[in-house]
Amino acid sequence: MANMPVTPRQKSFSLAQNRARTAWLLLLPTLIVILLVAAYPLYRTLYYSFTNASFLQPGQEHGVGFANYIYLFRDPTWWLSFKNTIIFTVATVILEFILGLIIALVINSNFQGRGLMRAAILVPWAIPTVVSSQMWKWMYNDVFGVVNDLMLRVHLIHAPIAWIGNAHTTLGAIIAVDIWKTTPFVALLLLAGLQTIPSDIYEAAKVDGASVLRQFWQLTLPLLRPAILVTLIFRTLDALRVFDVIYVMTGSNLATISLSVYNQQQLISFAALGYGSAISVMIFLVIGVFTVIYITSLRVRFD
Amino acid sequence: MAVSSRVIPQARASRSWSFWLSRVLFYLVVLVIFIYTIFPFYWAIVTSLTLPSEAFQTPIRYWPQQPTFQNYISVFTAQPFARNLLNSLIVAGGTVILSLLIGSMAAYALGKFRFRGKQIVMYAVLGVSMFPQIAVLPGLFTLVRSLGIYNTWWGLMFSYLIFTLPFTVWVLSSFVRDIPGELEEAALVDGASTAQTLRYVLLPVMAPGLVTTGLLAFINAWNEFLFALTFTIDNHSRTVPVAIALFGGASAFESPWTQIMAASVVVTIPLIILVLIFQQRIVAGLTAGAVKG
Repeated sequence: MANMPVTPRQKSFSLAQNRARTAWLLLLPTLIVILLVAAYPLYRTLYYSFTNASFLQPGQEHGVGFANYIYLFRDPTWWLSFKNTIIFTVATVILEFILGLIIALVINSNFQGRGLMRAAILVPWAIPTVVSSQMWKWMYNDVFGVVNDLMLRVHLIHAPIAWIGNAHTTLGAIIAVDIWKTTPFVALLLLAGLQTIPSDIYEAAKVDGASVLRQFWQLTLPLLRPAILVTLIFRTLDALRVFDVIYVMTGSNLATISLSVYNQQQLISFAALGYGSAISVMIFLVIGVFTVIYITSLRVRFD
Repeated sequence: MAVSSRVIPQARASRSWSFWLSRVLFYLVVLVIFIYTIFPFYWAIVTSLTLPSEAFQTPIRYWPQQPTFQNYISVFTAQPFARNLLNSLIVAGGTVILSLLIGSMAAYALGKFRFRGKQIVMYAVLGVSMFPQIAVLPGLFTLVRSLGIYNTWWGLMFSYLIFTLPFTVWVLSSFVRDIPGELEEAALVDGASTAQTLRYVLLPVMAPGLVTTGLLAFINAWNEFLFALTFTIDNHSRTVPVAIALFGGASAFESPWTQIMAASVVVTIPLIILVLIFQQRIVAGLTAGAVKG
């Protein structure tokens, strides 16, 4: 070995260089696609947000500085969309977490028909949101809807309610649809977390005479913390960009309009490329803050 | 046997009433969850088998008086729904194939290679996978139009890569990491090129991961609505979710609910079958994408 012109150290160094070059070659297609479909459109969105571009007068845009952003901060519909989105996010994330945890605990215990149950809760998750929204919109129908019929039968209400026609109930009705659609996803993530908890610690707790409730608060919840954190952040990011369910059920109705629905409406219905882009950038910033919190707080594992 | 059959009733009798109460309550909870989950599907099926004249009638019925497939026939004759299904199939299928091809290469690099800048690439992939689609909508819309792929399959496949590709790379690289290093080393020692190692050594081992990832990416692409709505203009180019969202009836004032429910059932059944077949894989993939992170 000592006589060789290339020392092992040098050789392994060039080998490592070679490996690195191969790695970048393998990554190249992915990086190009990401640049093309994510980075470049994001740059263009940012650019348009400082112009008065409109699809009605293509090629006539000029820079307007921060005018779109100043307008946005005084735009009551933006703030209304913001408020609706926050209410939707807080309500769905909390309720889906509580319900999802209950379902996960139920499925995690051994019982007959457990497999069937797990398959059943996958189905709402798998179908398109558009489909679940239409199913519920029909169920909410004020005259022929099954929701009113069932509630009248059990005397929960005295007269039919126009669930999505009434400004007081419509956001709640939409939240209920999202809960039905997304709770299974939450339950699955929490269930995966539950299944990593070894069962012998419960045996030990039982021997020590800890009640079931105490086991839940002092063992299950703390051990489930990582899974809970991931689930909550995933759901928050998802809820903040809600579009499908609101677009299908109430369109751009001001009682329920969300940030994404308002954005799409400005861009497509009003052809306001400049202002629509400014809204996009603001949504990006709002969600970006949450994404950064996610990536840094969870100590993402790379190797 | 004789002994045990005498012992067990005694053991049962010794169980307190509170045990049985909690059992009953437990199954009650299970039943409530099950009905809550399934009832909307039941209702969609009932409505889809009902004539409009019967569906728009009070008091409402919980079972169709005269079950009929008329709505299903109408969906395929009065609407270009077969075409919408084809669009969805090609767009989602094409997106998945592209993502797996490109993504498995990147996953190999991220899962098995050590090099400077890997962290940054991982952050970029994770960041883009959480990207709010709406944030790029204006820029992507103008890009799709200037590339001349507006209102085409290509436009949708191109734009869908923004969420399927990072997801594919992320989940697949976690699968690649778990493949024992000896496999790859043996291939390299035997003089296999990188492409050969990936094609003949890693891909066969990754097959379960590819199926799981592909399936989840397919469901995501199949269900996508915002881009499909914004990047298509006529009924002929629409995918299934857009077609169902914008289903038009004979009059502008009344939605053709029985047909909408028939169309909903048509797209839901294949998804239910997929879910039942690949239940374990889907759960594994979902948690690999989210929890492992």
